[in-house]
Formats: sequence, C-alpha cells, structure tokens
Amino acid sequence: MKLASVVKPPREVGATSRWPPLALAVPFVLALSFVVLPLAGLLWKAPWSHVVGDLATSTVGTALRLSLVCSLGAMAISALLGIPLAWVLARVDIPGRSLLRALTMLPMVLPPVVGGVALLLAFGRNGLVGQWLYKATGYSLPFTTAGAMMAEAFVAMPFLVLTVEAGLRSADRRLEDAAATLGANRWTTFRRVTIPMVAPSLFAGLALAWARALGEFGATITFAGNFPGTTQTVPLAVYVALESQPEVAIVLSLLLLALSIVVLVSLRDRWFPTR
Amino acid sequence: MRSPARLRYCLALVACIAMIATACSGNRVKTSSSSSASATPTSTVTETATPSVTVTATPTPTVSASASATPKPSGSPSATPKPSASPSVSSLSGSANIFAAASLTGAFNKIKADFIALNPKVNLTMNYNGSGSLVTQIQNGAPADVFASADGDNMNKLSGTGKIDFPQNFADNLLEIVVQQNNPKHIATLADLARPDVSVVLGDPASVPAGKYAKQALAAAGVSVTPKSLELNVTAVTQKIALQEADAGIVYVTDVKASVAAGQFVDGVPIPPAQNIVAVYPIGVLKSSPNQAVAQAFVAYVKSPAGQATLASFGFLPPS
Repeated sequence: MKLASVVKPPREVGATSRWPPLALAVPFVLALSFVVLPLAGLLWKAPWSHVVGDLATSTVGTALRLSLVCSLGAMAISALLGIPLAWVLARVDIPGRSLLRALTMLPMVLPPVVGGVALLLAFGRNGLVGQWLYKATGYSLPFTTAGAMMAEAFVAMPFLVLTVEAGLRSADRRLEDAAATLGANRWTTFRRVTIPMVAPSLFAGLALAWARALGEFGATITFAGNFPGTTQTVPLAVYVALESQPEVAIVLSLLLLALSIVVLVSLRDRWFPTR
Repeated sequence: MRSPARLRYCLALVACIAMIATACSGNRVKTSSSSSASATPTSTVTETATPSVTVTATPTPTVSASASATPKPSGSPSATPKPSASPSVSSLSGSANIFAAASLTGAFNKIKADFIALNPKVNLTMNYNGSGSLVTQIQNGAPADVFASADGDNMNKLSGTGKIDFPQNFADNLLEIVVQQNNPKHIATLADLARPDVSVVLGDPASVPAGKYAKQALAAAGVSVTPKSLELNVTAVTQKIALQEADAGIVYVTDVKASVAAGQFVDGVPIPPAQNIVAVYPIGVLKSSPNQAVAQAFVAYVKSPAGQATLASFGFLPPS
C-alpha cells in the first residue's frame, strides 16, 4: 500500500480507487436514471413486432434521408463559417470582442422558435435581406431544404464555435510562431499548424453541431415549415406522427436514438480522452 | 472486510433513493387529496349557482330548450333556472383547464372573460393548440377539464375511449381562402391555388382538422395542390401568409376575421357553399376532471345564448 502511494501520485489514488461519498452517489444514481428511464420508456413501448416494417415506410425513409442531408449540410455550413469566426474570437484583438462572442452564442440560449421567427424576418420572402434575394432571383429560402439546413446551422454553429475557440485558446501558440519563423505565411500556418493542433476540438465541435442540427425542431418548423421530403426532418416527423401514428413516432425516435449513440460512442475518445 | 462495507454502502444508497421516492409520491398524494378536497364543496354549490349564470346571460328561457335537446350529462345543473337568483355575483368557485382548438382562441378568450365576470371566484386556464395535439396531451395525462375540438374525429378519440361522455356540438365553421392583403395574386377560387405562381400553405391533414377539411374541399373541387408546408396548427397557416412567406392558405372563416381584426395584413376569399366543408365543433367535459362543477358550467355557458352570441360575433355559425 505504502509502496503504491509512493509510485503513483496520491491525488490519483484518491480519485479513482474509492467509492464516491454517499452524498454524491445518491444524486449520481438519480441523474443516471433521469437520463436512462426515458430511453427505457421508448424501448419498452416500441412496436418490436413490426419495427422493420415501419422503418421501411416512405415517411420514415424520407424523413431520415432529409435529416441526414440537412444535418450534414448544417454541419458543413457551421464549419465553413464557424472556424474562421472561432479563430477571430480567439486570436484577433478586436474591440468589443466579448460582446461579439456573446452575440455568436446567442442562438444557444434563444428559444429555437424565436430564432426561426428572426430568420424569417431576415431571410424570408419579405425579410430584411430575403426581399432583395426574392426580387433579384425569384428565390426564397423558407419552405426549402436549403432553408431547413440554414435554420439548423443557425442553431448548431455556436456549439462548434465555442468548442473550437476553446481549443484555439489552449493550443500552444509557439508552434505557430515557429512555423512563421520558418517562412510559412499566415494562411499556411493556419492550414498546416493551427488546424491540426486543434483537430480534437474541431472534431468534437463538428459532432456537437451535427447532433444539435439533427435534433433541431423549433427553428426548422418556424422558418422552413413542414413538408415531407422537403423540410420534414425526423424531429418534425416524430411530432406529426405522435398525433396520428404514435408507433411510427416511437420507431423514428428509436432510430434517432441509435444514430446519436453510434456517433457519441465513436467520438467518445475525442470528447473524454480515456487514460 | 471489504465486501460487507460495500454491501452496507449499497444498502444505504438504496435506502436514500427509496426515501426520496416515497417523499415524492407522498407529496403527490398530498396535492391530489387537497385538490379533490377543494373540488368537493364547489360541486354542492353549483346546483344553485349555474342557473344564475345562464339567467344573467339572457332573461329569455331559451336555454333550457337547447339544453334539454342534447343528452343530459349526469348531474347536469342546467335543469331549473331560478329567476330570483342574484344576477351579479355567482358563488361558483374553483378552477378549470379549458383545452380548445386553436381556431377558437379569440372567441374563447372573450367567453372566458365574460364567464369570469359572471363567476368572479372561478379561475380558467386556456390551452389552445391543434385539436390533434390537444388529444395527445390529454391522452398522456394533461389535466384538462373541458375539451373543445374543431372536428368530430379528434373528439371521438376521447369520447370513444370513455374519457368524455356526451360531447355536444356547439358551433359550425366554414373554410375560406386566406390571402395577403388586397389579394396581390388575384386569387378568386380554389382552382387558383393550383397555379404555379401561387405558393400555398395548409394545415397538416394528419393532425390539424382545418388541413383535413382543406384537403376534402380541394378534392371536392377537383383541384390538385402541392403545398409548400403542412403547418401543425391552423393559426400557423395564417401567420405564414401574414408574413408574406406564402400567397394563400385554407383556414376557417373565423381565422381570417380574427386576423383582420388583429391588424394582420391578410384578406379572405370566400369558398362557394358547393365546394365548402362545414366544420363541426364539439365540446365536452372530461370524466376524470376533478372540477366537474366549473367545467359543466363553462360548457353550459358556451351553449347559452350569450356564449352563442359571442361565437357568432367571431364568425362562427350556430350548430347545425
């Protein structure tokens, strides 16, 4: 025993080998059941005898395909716009940076429906920007798949920005300086040094943004509406089906659940680096 | 040495969680008993109170005629109006949650205000949503006392499973095409909704009665429309037109009237009777309601001439 405590740092022994105090263990078990019981409820009520048949119905397939397209698109938009935004927030000393950061985080705390209304007023057919787009091209974003993607990106991007910015702040800047002294220009440094350095944060941010986009409901229904094949993503389909075909709603929920678990487990090491 | 300690630890954990669980369930029992206790005196009070509601509303005795025409729920207080009852203050007290179709929002808000003016000790909480959403909420245990649906199908989901006895039709509604103010796309008929330059938004026929009726009306008119969106309640359809994101939708006559009155930039285009669908609105008291007295009184008020006059002022038709 004594030998072990000499070899290992004492803090680690305390942190790993003992049971948590009872005062923590009780809320821990409650927290776990709080998360697990709803999932158990879904599994319990699932129409197992015809799950496969339900999955094959056109509603489910269409919604799932659309959800994948929209959430991946939203993730791509978030990456394209979010990484530069995170870089500026982390590295450029612009005035009012904290205000800027608060603004970019706004969609995280805004009720998604409010976000959807705001998007309508900005990019709708009669919106601040949207009316010029509509006059010039006859194209308007609401009720289109692009609109659904945009609504999801609006809500999901802050998750990527937040994660990547934190990664950039904790990255070792001396490596960037070294690259610069070796003659790399700033773009090359960004591409070849900064991005690989923050890759774990970037992946985590992408996964978070994708997961948030996949589950998006409020902004999508408000901005993009609800039409099968165009804007009815899985969460919307679940909501609609809950009223007419509850079993299809459960099957869709299970599907979303399985998809999320696959992503979470496959990314586990990036989020919670295991010893 | 080690395993008894672990066992003791686990036992203590289980005991703690069991204590919390009992505390929670004990709490629930306490609240439900207190609510039933508060409900009991009100039910004895209403026997005399409700007639005063109907009488103050109208001096004419037409109420009893309309009430006796419908199957009388057990314990219905609408039997004998007492003209001598005090016209100003009712002793009916308690609270009730009214779950009503989204299209009833304006009319029921007015009815609520009038009902509370007559029964100052009553507290009503309104919940407006698509009828299908409301049924889902009620089926999952939402504390509804009264349910007013925009169609018979959704009411049947509750009355068919014994949750509501004797739903009564209290109003009819007709469909109308809702367009942007001054009708910039010159929409005159249902057939115009099929034009490629007209973007249409409807209610989702799977859960929104107005969407279901719209689908029926379009089918009856032989018009094939590909809507841009299937909204989840009827007010969202009008909103999309008011925000000018779409050119036309099919909603109730009452929705257009309410939106115009609220200053929204929409107009209505009537649909001829031959192509129109009559929406029938049933109302009923949940059997599980702990506030039967208030709930029955509210339903009686909706059916009373005063309630009917309010509904008519919002564009509803008397039940056919």
